[in-house]
Amino acid sequence: MDFIVQFSNMHKFFDGHEALKNINLTFNKGETTVILGPSGSGKSTLLRCINLLETPERGTLSIDDIHLDLSGSVSKKERLAIRQNTAMVFQSFNLFPHMKVLENVIEGPVTVLKKERIAVIEKGKMLLAKVGLSHKTESYPSQLSGGQQQRVAIARALAMEPKFLLFDEPTSALDPELEGEVLKVLKDLSEEGKSMIIVTHNLNFAKEVADRILFLENGEILFDGETKKFFDNKENDRIQSFIQSMQFI
Amino acid sequence: MSREMEIALEAFWPVLKAGLVVTIPLSLLSFAIAMIIAVVTALARLSNISILRYIFGLYVWIFRGTPLLVQLFIVFFGLPNLGIVLDAWTASIITFSLNTGAYASESIRASIIAIPKGQWEAAESLGMTYWQVLRRIIAPQTIRISLPPVTNDFIDLVKGTSLVASITLADMFMIGQQITARTYEPLLIYSLVAAIYLLFITILTFMQGRLEKYASKYI
Repeated sequence: MDFIVQFSNMHKFFDGHEALKNINLTFNKGETTVILGPSGSGKSTLLRCINLLETPERGTLSIDDIHLDLSGSVSKKERLAIRQNTAMVFQSFNLFPHMKVLENVIEGPVTVLKKERIAVIEKGKMLLAKVGLSHKTESYPSQLSGGQQQRVAIARALAMEPKFLLFDEPTSALDPELEGEVLKVLKDLSEEGKSMIIVTHNLNFAKEVADRILFLENGEILFDGETKKFFDNKENDRIQSFIQSMQFI
Repeated sequence: MSREMEIALEAFWPVLKAGLVVTIPLSLLSFAIAMIIAVVTALARLSNISILRYIFGLYVWIFRGTPLLVQLFIVFFGLPNLGIVLDAWTASIITFSLNTGAYASESIRASIIAIPKGQWEAAESLGMTYWQVLRRIIAPQTIRISLPPVTNDFIDLVKGTSLVASITLADMFMIGQQITARTYEPLLIYSLVAAIYLLFITILTFMQGRLEKYASKYI
């Protein structure tokens, strides 16, 4: 079955300011979507509305077989159900500092999914090997570099076996030389066919990895389509000037 | 041996004994209850239920805004007028628990607020419930941050127990007063009492250091 994330007529307000305006969107299984746009355009907000870290005031959200009317109140149970279908990787990693690397990775499956600890440990080790951190399972996050921490955060997200992986500017807090190791992991995941939604400022990465680009400005979607079409765009001045302004970053 | 030396040696054991049977048990018991009150109060004041915030805010306001000695007198001498007669021990434990609970709730609330919002978001995005986030993610980090301020509250409590002498409980200070009345050596005896308080607090400070080291092993 092909699962999807779908918003219809979604609006999000912050103190009377409309951060997202009438969003109608579908994210498909197996697709890597990159969300681009200037600062304050609402890209992170859009991503955070998918797992309800921000709750839109109007519209509907569907993930797989869960359908929510957001103009009513969302129950705790519905919120948890949505979140168990997604996993998020944050700009500032947000690893749990009091837990060792492996404990960070197995925390979700053990505490939330109530899976058997021994089986989860095996899987956790496997995921850490996948992101190249087998040798760090017993370290604390404070003993790792930023790039390593973010790879642990990716393993922690994968351990939940989410239907959708959400990335909120995953490399913005990293030095350029550490950025590469994280981007490589993202690229591998994308090639495996994971369903990913990525907010980033890195145009080269978007060009290389994205199946689809969303371009947001002032809470509206100005472009939604194939990556190649976005970068070859000749008609839309706004997109062209955005791409140009990002060239030197 | 000088007369002062003899008096000091004679006074040492009765004062220390009062510390062991009154000051220390009273402090430990009151602190244990105060910590439960403090955690509940801190969580209530951080909750999004406004009536809870209001009620517990009122409690903190009253107990931080009035002198401890006056609170003790109201509970011990005042409540009997309402038909509530408490013995000195019970009155002391109730007053000290509520007083320290109010102060410590602020120490704990501050420590919870100090934990980055990203920790809540990361835990919630894994699908954890509020209580799971608190227990697994927030509490362990709160303990580390709140150790210094909460130890402060505990030290204040230990010293504050000297007020129970005024409601008939024979603690270190009261025993000191009695010996002074007999020997007319206030400087000597009260210095001795002070030294034993200092000894207790020194042990507490040492334990704080050990605990902090343990709680910070991940830093």
